[in-house]
Amino acid sequence: MKKLIQAVILILVFYLILKVGIPALGSFLHHGTWPVVPTALMRIYMFFVVAGVLLYLTFNEESAKELGKPIKEIYGSPEKGGLRMIVIAIIALFGGYVTYQNVKPSFEAPIELRSIHPAPPSSVEMWGKTYNLMTLTNPFRADKANYEKNAKEGGIVFFKNCFYCHGDKLDGKGHYYSGVSPLPANFVDVGTIAQLQESFLFWRIGTGGPGLPKEGAPWRSAMPIWQHFLSEEEIWKVILFLYDYTGHSPRTF
Amino acid sequence: MNSLRKSWVNRFSFLFLILFVFTLIIPMGYSASISLKEAFATEAPASAGGEHAKGEEGKKVEGEKSQYKPASKLKVEDYPIVKGFNSRIAVWIVAQLHLFFGAFVLAVPIFVLVIEGVGLATKDERYDHMAHEFIKVSMTAFSITASLGGLLAFMFVSFYPDFFKYMAGIFGKTMIIYAILFFGESFCLYVYYYGWDRLNKGFSKWVHLSVGLMLNVFGMTLMVLSNTWASFMMAPSGIDDSGIFLGNIWAAIRGPLWNPINLHRFIANIAFGGSVVGAYAAFKFLSAKTDEEKAHYDWMGYTANFIAIFGFLPLPFAGYWLMKEVYSYSQQMGITAMGGAFAWLFIIQAVLIGSLFLGANYYLWCGMGRIKGSERYTPAIKYLVIVIVGCFLVWFTPHTLIMTSKEVTQVGGTHHPVLGSLGVMSAKNTAVNMLIVSTFLSFMLYRRSNKIATASWTSTGNALQVALFTAAAINIVTLGVYGYFIPANIRIGLSIPQVMTTLTVIIVSSIIDAFMYKGAKSTGPIEWGKMAQRSQYALFLLAISFTWLMGLMGYVRSALRQHWHVYTVLRDNSVDAFTPTLGYAATIITISVYIFIALVIFAFWIANFSTKKQKVVEASH
Repeated sequence: MKKLIQAVILILVFYLILKVGIPALGSFLHHGTWPVVPTALMRIYMFFVVAGVLLYLTFNEESAKELGKPIKEIYGSPEKGGLRMIVIAIIALFGGYVTYQNVKPSFEAPIELRSIHPAPPSSVEMWGKTYNLMTLTNPFRADKANYEKNAKEGGIVFFKNCFYCHGDKLDGKGHYYSGVSPLPANFVDVGTIAQLQESFLFWRIGTGGPGLPKEGAPWRSAMPIWQHFLSEEEIWKVILFLYDYTGHSPRTF
Repeated sequence: MNSLRKSWVNRFSFLFLILFVFTLIIPMGYSASISLKEAFATEAPASAGGEHAKGEEGKKVEGEKSQYKPASKLKVEDYPIVKGFNSRIAVWIVAQLHLFFGAFVLAVPIFVLVIEGVGLATKDERYDHMAHEFIKVSMTAFSITASLGGLLAFMFVSFYPDFFKYMAGIFGKTMIIYAILFFGESFCLYVYYYGWDRLNKGFSKWVHLSVGLMLNVFGMTLMVLSNTWASFMMAPSGIDDSGIFLGNIWAAIRGPLWNPINLHRFIANIAFGGSVVGAYAAFKFLSAKTDEEKAHYDWMGYTANFIAIFGFLPLPFAGYWLMKEVYSYSQQMGITAMGGAFAWLFIIQAVLIGSLFLGANYYLWCGMGRIKGSERYTPAIKYLVIVIVGCFLVWFTPHTLIMTSKEVTQVGGTHHPVLGSLGVMSAKNTAVNMLIVSTFLSFMLYRRSNKIATASWTSTGNALQVALFTAAAINIVTLGVYGYFIPANIRIGLSIPQVMTTLTVIIVSSIIDAFMYKGAKSTGPIEWGKMAQRSQYALFLLAISFTWLMGLMGYVRSALRQHWHVYTVLRDNSVDAFTPTLGYAATIITISVYIFIALVIFAFWIANFSTKKQKVVEASH
């Protein structure tokens, strides 16, 4: 019985860490929120926590026998018929409860999976021209002599058009930041432009939110189609500025 | 008379050896001569300046008409409909099964040769018997591989004739060489297997080993040759933008993904082959009637598990290289795989890989139960469980979380402040390196279980190892944390010192252990056969997880081409030219895995027959 209790306690402890510990830590990092572990992930976490506990308690022969003993006794001893029925009833009720929770009607909106950086097409059409995104490079990157001038001009384009959402620090916190969902990209973050090639940015800026593939939920993004307002040259210069200002290097591989 | 007979046998064996070498050299020499001739040809057709022709040596004379045709622009009606078949599903399943069996039959001879060599070096016949039994299991699989290969070729011709025509137009020569090499492989395999008892002593044994070596050379050549077709479909080279072959076969072969795929498949085959023979050993162990049988199959299962893990540990690094090259070749492919639609399959991959680590470690921990003296190390297992399960949870935490709208509100957006940071490469690299180091520690403890070091510097050696493991853990975690603060292009570079740290721990610790435990005192022999039955299910888990993984990740690699037969060159315009949903793809892969397992059980069953017959013969003597 000792091992079975040990197993239950261990599983409970890990459950509490996931159920309460992680949201508490998240709440500490982001005040005013209670970042729960999403149910879908919680199920997988718990499956492997239970598996880990069982593996730990059964690798040794004595421990495995001791863990299985109460289960064997309940199911194997004729004199424990009453207890057996109670255990079976609890398991059946629990199964019923889980099933009911999964099939009961819900008015909640369906889960939407939105890819933040969806894959670009191999080529894109802008200003009536076809651009091969597999080989496309920033023409101003190679022009070392005029680099500063071009980056500065890109900055002017940024502050005339982009900073309202993406912010004057390029951190995604512009004036309209809180009014849009998904939030404007934070270019300072190492997880955005720093891990993308310049051709990706060219495609994203040029075709804006409506140019996103379905996995990127184009109906949600507020990003304008900038090819309607900016020239090709201006877009390349603004890209140069984004990397120059943030200190990131575009991905080249 | 006897010695005269022996000398003739030896001469015969030697002649056979020479024959095998020539069988190999002729096709390879022929293929090399074609390559060299074409590579240095002055009139080589040439680059049209397209991206696919990067690095081409040849130059096409202006206005010269190429003997090769551009890739066709196919229409729906160009795809024959064979009633009762869905072309894509049929080719998908058959190709997958061919790959499963192909990987298995290519892998088994590699470690069989090594085990046979170990048997010869140690003069321990048990190794020889085990190697023989391993190759026996692969014999039926070899026939199944060949049958599936034939079926696949017919399916290509029947369902996708224009695609096959285009591929054959470029790779026709290599396809013929492939078929010739296959004859060589079959010949070597049959001589290797059926000549096992005959070529078992003295010089004959060396001939037998040489045949085994030739078998592997043929096998490896076959693998790298067929990889050229797959890698060309993903990242075509040696052609111009319209798909016209530029005439240099070597340029078409050495595409940017060829070598990463070669390496990844070679390592994965060993891990996969080890896991399948491990399942065979588990099956035999569970059905064993006598203690001797149990002991034999317990040992066989342990060896197979060792092979599988030995191949498995470097696999993530080969995988990283492959994905880096994929990203480098095409940003679209890279993002689709790792950040886009297929990212969810990588989460399933992470779950399966984590299960493999858990299964392999559990098998080792259970194995300590049959070793007297292991009690000294079992208290450490609870810490290993915590680290392994903890790293495993980090390893499969996705970057994009599936949340209900209520959960999104609770979290305060789609980005989780705690779990969000576990979904990136820094966390994944750290987790996988820690998993590998922990698994190696489990293995070390297992190996030490029945030994007491007698070297005068034992305490210093142990302290050194503790320091090594501690420093490695600190280094791996620190590099992982540092990765959060630097751009992606530098962050990816951090995986190298992390991997080097892991490899250093494995190599240096192994060396220290080897010297420290030289002439060690034994606490008793390993009691082979006294293994808990439940541990055998870990071996089944390993085989099934590996098979599933191969199917899933093979699908990802292949499906990255999306609606192209040959990426950006030959467009797929059949009715099936769309990427199926992940659930649909996973179902097809799972069906392939079921069929493979059913066929493998059949192969085990057939292998069982010959064992029974052997026993009857032995009993009658």
